[in-house]
Amino acid sequence: MDNEKIINEVMGGGLRALNRIAESSLVERLGLEERTQQLVYEGAKRVAETAAKAAKRLSPKRASERPRTSRKFDLSLSEEQQLMRDTLRRFADEVMQPAAREADDQGAPPDGFLDTFSELGAIAMSVPEALGGAAEQVSAVSQMLIAEDLARGDMGLAYAALAPLSFVNAVVAWGDERQQAMLLRPLVDGEETEATVAVVEPHPLFDPGALRTTAKKSSSGYTLNGEKSAVALAGTAKWILVAAEIPKIGPRMFIVERDAPGVYVTDEPAMGLRSASLGRLKLDGVSVPHDALLGGEAALKSRGKAAYRDAVDRARVAWGAMAVGASQAVLDYVVPYCNDRVAFGEPISHRQAVAFMIADIGIEVESMRMLVYRAAGRIDAGLKCQREAYLARTLCADKAMEVGTNGVQLLGGAGFIKDHPIEMWYRHLRAVGVMDGNLLV
Amino acid sequence: MIYLEVPKSLKPIVNQAHQVAKHVFRPISRKYDRAEHEYPKELDMLAALMDGLSAGSGERGAGVDGLRREEERKEGVRNGGNMSTCLGLTELCWGDVGLALSIPRQGLGNAAITAVADGEQKKRFHGVWAAMAITEPGAGSDSANIRTTAQLDGDEWVLNGEKIYVTAGSRADSVVVWATLDRNLGRAAIKSFVVAHGTPGMEVVRLDKKLGIRASDTASITLTDCRIPKNNILGTADIDTKKGFGGVMQTFDNTRPIVAGMAVGLARAALEHTRALLAKEGVEVRYRGSLFNKSAAEAELIRMEADWEAGRLLMLKAAWMADNGIPNSMEASMSKAKAARVANRVTLRCVELCGGVGYAEDELLEKWARDSKILDIFEGTQQIQLLIIARRLLGKRSSELR
Repeated sequence: MDNEKIINEVMGGGLRALNRIAESSLVERLGLEERTQQLVYEGAKRVAETAAKAAKRLSPKRASERPRTSRKFDLSLSEEQQLMRDTLRRFADEVMQPAAREADDQGAPPDGFLDTFSELGAIAMSVPEALGGAAEQVSAVSQMLIAEDLARGDMGLAYAALAPLSFVNAVVAWGDERQQAMLLRPLVDGEETEATVAVVEPHPLFDPGALRTTAKKSSSGYTLNGEKSAVALAGTAKWILVAAEIPKIGPRMFIVERDAPGVYVTDEPAMGLRSASLGRLKLDGVSVPHDALLGGEAALKSRGKAAYRDAVDRARVAWGAMAVGASQAVLDYVVPYCNDRVAFGEPISHRQAVAFMIADIGIEVESMRMLVYRAAGRIDAGLKCQREAYLARTLCADKAMEVGTNGVQLLGGAGFIKDHPIEMWYRHLRAVGVMDGNLLV
Repeated sequence: MIYLEVPKSLKPIVNQAHQVAKHVFRPISRKYDRAEHEYPKELDMLAALMDGLSAGSGERGAGVDGLRREEERKEGVRNGGNMSTCLGLTELCWGDVGLALSIPRQGLGNAAITAVADGEQKKRFHGVWAAMAITEPGAGSDSANIRTTAQLDGDEWVLNGEKIYVTAGSRADSVVVWATLDRNLGRAAIKSFVVAHGTPGMEVVRLDKKLGIRASDTASITLTDCRIPKNNILGTADIDTKKGFGGVMQTFDNTRPIVAGMAVGLARAALEHTRALLAKEGVEVRYRGSLFNKSAAEAELIRMEADWEAGRLLMLKAAWMADNGIPNSMEASMSKAKAARVANRVTLRCVELCGGVGYAEDELLEKWARDSKILDIFEGTQQIQLLIIARRLLGKRSSELR
């Protein structure tokens, strides 16, 4: 291959992805041209630099390369993360919040919601250039910020948007070359917008390390049996990443096509998160080929074991980020409400009983945020984060629900009726303690 | 780039402080808990050691002199004096809170001098051990309401009033006294003054007997026509009613994360020790599986650790903001409120988890549970922190949200 060809190949994917963002009519509607242009500029600059480097080295950058950190305690975002944050906050305020109530009633995201989300470039910016996306490096922190910002708009719709993104993250992190080549491009290009992850099972005391769903080896591959719960986009996803226990080997992840024989999906309306089209997945003797195992043959060894553990940690970071975003939404909502609401002749926020509850919400939102950021930061720095992710999940399970219930309490009767979104957020926030899988950064 | 680990550059300071806590504080911890009001003579050696550490580590000392606020943002991210001081105190208080409060030349008054004093004063007060006197019998959390007065008479200030709960008030060389220039002008008229022990008119009238931190002396002080030099006022003598508390309160933005750090250190001591005692009973902490499939003891240890970690990270955040010149009043209060209430809850729970062993004096657990209470009270009670945080979040003035 001559240099020109290599440059073309490397640049092709990234530029195609960037172009899709630039073309989006939504970008114009939201008045995001300037930010998006900057995002595209930065992306393009990097695509060009990578291509130049690739041409020099004759080998594209590997997805597994970790960003170099300054190794200083730091809470600042990179320019690219800030740009994505600005974009998604606008999207959360102007698209997600207004659509959330009806989507909750309908039990599905609004038509075109996933296309719109895909147009914003979050998926393209999550896939490395070498694999056809527009990201210089994949970053758990960036993924965590996306989850936080979306959940600030609405946690149910965020769950719908993050399901395909989580699928993409898993394929980028642990897929083999063939799987990456086959699955990533259609999702980056927007040909496909629906894919999802199914780990959680419908029984009490669920533990992602002790799955009841099994994948038994057969002559042609594996046979899957079991049930999965609260799967986002279950009825419409083209691909489902299913976690199952291979006897004597351990838990692994499998790429299952939803229309494969033996896959049954039923609606599973729940307390909250309804707008993510929740479904129960039943796998009844589903035959999948050998190469449906995420990571291929190599995943049977310790590498696959490590990948699954990693996936469990990353799921905890993702749900933690959702908890932070949705809890922040509660705080942002109760502050103006309690300042406006007058009782006994003055705003109720002038009373310590009310003000202290709000202060506590502020403290615990920031507490959750710190634990989740730390776990994600460790992933990007290549450090182990099992402990940190577990502690983040533990804290978020307690505090997110506390924030949710106090949010309703602060609005009183108004919090209990559907005129305000806060009763819906209360229902969403219960999921933080329940979900231990089905998403990942 | 988001990275929330303690930087390698600060590890030496953490290690030094930990060695002091382990080899100097812990062995004498119970001794001075029992011998309240006895001067821990071991600390003189330590003072020299701390001074040496401060001198040796340049701007990043482990002591309170590291508490400078960065005025402007320089290029790049800084992990500086505020963070290192917080981390240093965390380690020292893992050893013993009362002793940490008794280290010569590391008083809260020193923090005030570092934060507010001008160049000439910094030079003059160098090496002085300064306590901090704010609270009065009639003014605790409502420190704007203090009655101690300062009047200028020629080249001297004349101070009159009564101060209580002065930490290290009898052992320190000097006391930084809060007094008002004019009671009718409210908080803007409140200034702080450095008064050396031995100045006629200042007298230690009583030492309190306490629930915890007994190794630290808590003094009541009277000021009767006490005359001090005119240039012993910290900050300006001008009364700017628009600026309000400004100068004197500014100290708190730097010292509250430190008290958070003290709470973090103390709680870690209790958690670690409880974990070790429970391990002997077969309770092992594993960060996997459902929390609800664990023994109640294991689950409780994990829940406490998660809460503790929150206090620790909030402390680091507040210190990081100060080091990088970012206003941090709310975050300083958040760190103090969270870390202190967690420390109290954790230390009490650890006693309970360890049963009779935790309750008896053969272990330090019961002492730590007594020591922790003060951390949720001094430098602003839990409730004062909540008020500060709520006012910030709600955009309320102190006249509206009282």
